[in-house]
Amino acid sequence: MPGDAAQIRLGQNADEDSLRAFRAELGLDKPLYYQYLNWLFNFVQGDFGMSLSSDYPTIQLIRDRYENTLVVSLLTAAIGIPISVSLGIIAAMFPGTIYDRILTLGSVTLVAAPEFFTATLLVLFFVFFLDIGSAVVVGGIEGKNIFQLLAHFWLPVMTLCFVIASQLIRMTRAAVLNVMSSPYIEMAILKGIPRSRIVIRHALLNSIGPIVNIIALNLAYLVTGVIVVEVYFGYSGLATLIVQGVQTRDFILIQALGMIFCCTYVILMIIADVAAIVSNPRLRHPK
Amino acid sequence: MDRKVIFEAVDLKINAIADNGTDIPIVKGVNFKVREGEVVALIGESGSGKTTIALSSLGYFKPGLQCVGGEARLLGRDLTKMSNEDLRKIRGERVAYLAQSAAATFNPSLRINEQVTESAVIHGSKTKEEALSYAKALYKRLDLPDPENIGERYPHQVSGGQLQRLMAAMALVSDPTLLVLDEPTTALDVTTQIEVLKAFKKVIKEQKAAAIYVTHDLAVVAQIADRIIVLYNGSIQEKGPANSVIDTPKHPYTDRLMKAVRPLPKDTAELRDRTTKKILKNSLSVKDVLAGYGGITNGVPKITVLEDINVEIGKGEVVGVIGESGSGKSTLARVISGLLPSAEGHVSLFDSTLPPNLRKRSRDQLRRIQFVYQMADTALNPRHTIERIVGRPLEFYHGMKGEKRKRRLIELLEMVELPKEFISRYPEELSGGQKQRISLARALAAEPEIILCDEVTSALDSIVGSNVIKLLRKLQKNLDVSYVFISHDLSTIASFADRIVVMYNGKIMEQGPVHEVLSPPSHPYTELLISSIPELRVGWLEEADTKIQKAKEKMQ
Repeated sequence: MPGDAAQIRLGQNADEDSLRAFRAELGLDKPLYYQYLNWLFNFVQGDFGMSLSSDYPTIQLIRDRYENTLVVSLLTAAIGIPISVSLGIIAAMFPGTIYDRILTLGSVTLVAAPEFFTATLLVLFFVFFLDIGSAVVVGGIEGKNIFQLLAHFWLPVMTLCFVIASQLIRMTRAAVLNVMSSPYIEMAILKGIPRSRIVIRHALLNSIGPIVNIIALNLAYLVTGVIVVEVYFGYSGLATLIVQGVQTRDFILIQALGMIFCCTYVILMIIADVAAIVSNPRLRHPK
Repeated sequence: MDRKVIFEAVDLKINAIADNGTDIPIVKGVNFKVREGEVVALIGESGSGKTTIALSSLGYFKPGLQCVGGEARLLGRDLTKMSNEDLRKIRGERVAYLAQSAAATFNPSLRINEQVTESAVIHGSKTKEEALSYAKALYKRLDLPDPENIGERYPHQVSGGQLQRLMAAMALVSDPTLLVLDEPTTALDVTTQIEVLKAFKKVIKEQKAAAIYVTHDLAVVAQIADRIIVLYNGSIQEKGPANSVIDTPKHPYTDRLMKAVRPLPKDTAELRDRTTKKILKNSLSVKDVLAGYGGITNGVPKITVLEDINVEIGKGEVVGVIGESGSGKSTLARVISGLLPSAEGHVSLFDSTLPPNLRKRSRDQLRRIQFVYQMADTALNPRHTIERIVGRPLEFYHGMKGEKRKRRLIELLEMVELPKEFISRYPEELSGGQKQRISLARALAAEPEIILCDEVTSALDSIVGSNVIKLLRKLQKNLDVSYVFISHDLSTIASFADRIVVMYNGKIMEQGPVHEVLSPPSHPYTELLISSIPELRVGWLEEADTKIQKAKEKMQ
């Protein structure tokens, strides 16, 4: 990154002496590895450091924003994941039917569409055509219950639901279909087991591993990758915060957020792996 | 003949539906009946349509197959015209299916009990408790260990032979009228096969069920079938009572099938004549080898597979290595070839000791020992032409290029009795037997002293397999190579090898010239193997039982 936080804060016309003094104050004159190790040492003790661009503790900046991101992610996960996974399973139950084709076509189209495009279509349709609500998220979320929150964030949540649904439906369908072609499923058919039970009891149990993995990846995306949606609907969350950090060369803030995103990702992946192990008796019950 | 007809195929025709609209007939108008209490065997080689016909009795056609004519009647109702829901009610209830590989047909994530009882509970013929206690009674009748609790386990926690019997319980739990058994013992060792066969026979008799038994193994058929139907290329060649088909086959194809069954030579004097040829020079010797898998600590691998192995192989000699799965016979081949370096002991070739690891062997040392694998499908690169596959060792070991290489290639193809046009083909265009010949040609291209043959005929049909053996024998005579011939099939080894090495549990039980090993008194384990090989006559199973029990007692 060219430039540094001192340059940004003092402006183009600052003279060399005041720049040097300000860099020393922020600790930017030390070698890079020292700066990083120093920050890391504090970070593991719970001190996220001071923001370089605003003299606030980083933790406070994050505290102001994380609620929006968390609420949107949780709402999207709670609505989007169960619906998409069941749609994917139903598609796998009737492969090749009209229903399956429509769903596959729909999800392929959605995968190809970027978030801002989906968001624009939704705004056009609901806000301008049907005249429901407003195109941006206005106001805070203090003291709202879950339904009010849903009403508050309904457009970003719907956009994100479409984005994760496209992936989840296709991957769930593929994971279940993959198991459906194995010999023990043929055996279940020859035992006269109804199709619904074959899918739910025989196939699903064996495809939990891959499905949970896809869910975890999507959850990680919801926490870390929703920058376009945040900017589009004009509410500020963690993703917008990291972009601000980049603009002001505030790499203490970037490091803190990066670390939080990484931890979220790692924790979600660990949960997914544990779930895959728990669902597999060969790993649970060794010979 | 006035017993009730359970299943009847009437002019049944099944086609494979291809994408471009050209359908290939798989079953070409087949007629037969299965009556109450009768076991009908469908025999034939792979591709004869026997499994397809058997599955039609469940109204099931594998994806890509379609019934295009005739009827498959179960208790008078035509299954080919039934709705899926009606078929579902019959499957598992009136007619039950036992597949070749129990390991693949059990769901790895569900406990055995649930899978065994499921069908009866869903069809509503038994409550969960009734089905469970019935299943336990079946486990007991199928001689499974710990019948009370074995069903609590997951499929990966029981052995292959046990799983095969558990699958029988799964089929029998709703007292079906018709049982369809598709090669249920093919994947098992001989000693396990006999246990499973005994259990099947007993249960079929007690249940008074009718059964369709699909197999390519005539000796097994002789033990269990009342009537035999011989199939070739989708049509019936011959049918009749088991006795008469086996003793006096009428159709030439049946006759060929019978000849492909290699019984254990009875006459040991004849064997002695064959096997007492003088061995002048030892070409390969394996001394005090200990080998296994996992990291080596203090010179001992984590899991020891082979222990105390001493084998000498003379020049031009055929040494047969016999043992059940898990006995370490393939590991022995891997140690000789250097794929698995031995932890102790050494392998030497013409008195010069070979480095244990293949990476440390010189090109010439590598050339002298070649490997032919069981599955030619996986041993040949599907993206390479035959020219490239066989040409590679010519270039690598002998530096042959251009015209010279091509001439030698054609020579090699002639040696394995394949036309020279094959040179530009890909492995997938070849049949199983032809692919195995290509593997052999690749090994011969190196001009080796020793060829390690690991179950080279096991994946082939009996007739094709016996032709490959004939070829091996001819090549051995012409080229004076030695074979280490690994097999689980004692009859094949006995018909081909000069000496036999009997392996069990990673150790050599006995070794010597064929006639000595096979004539009494043999080692108890050899005796067990000998008496477990099904003989091609009705009533053998009952006689063999006492012999096997005796051999087992001696082993202990």
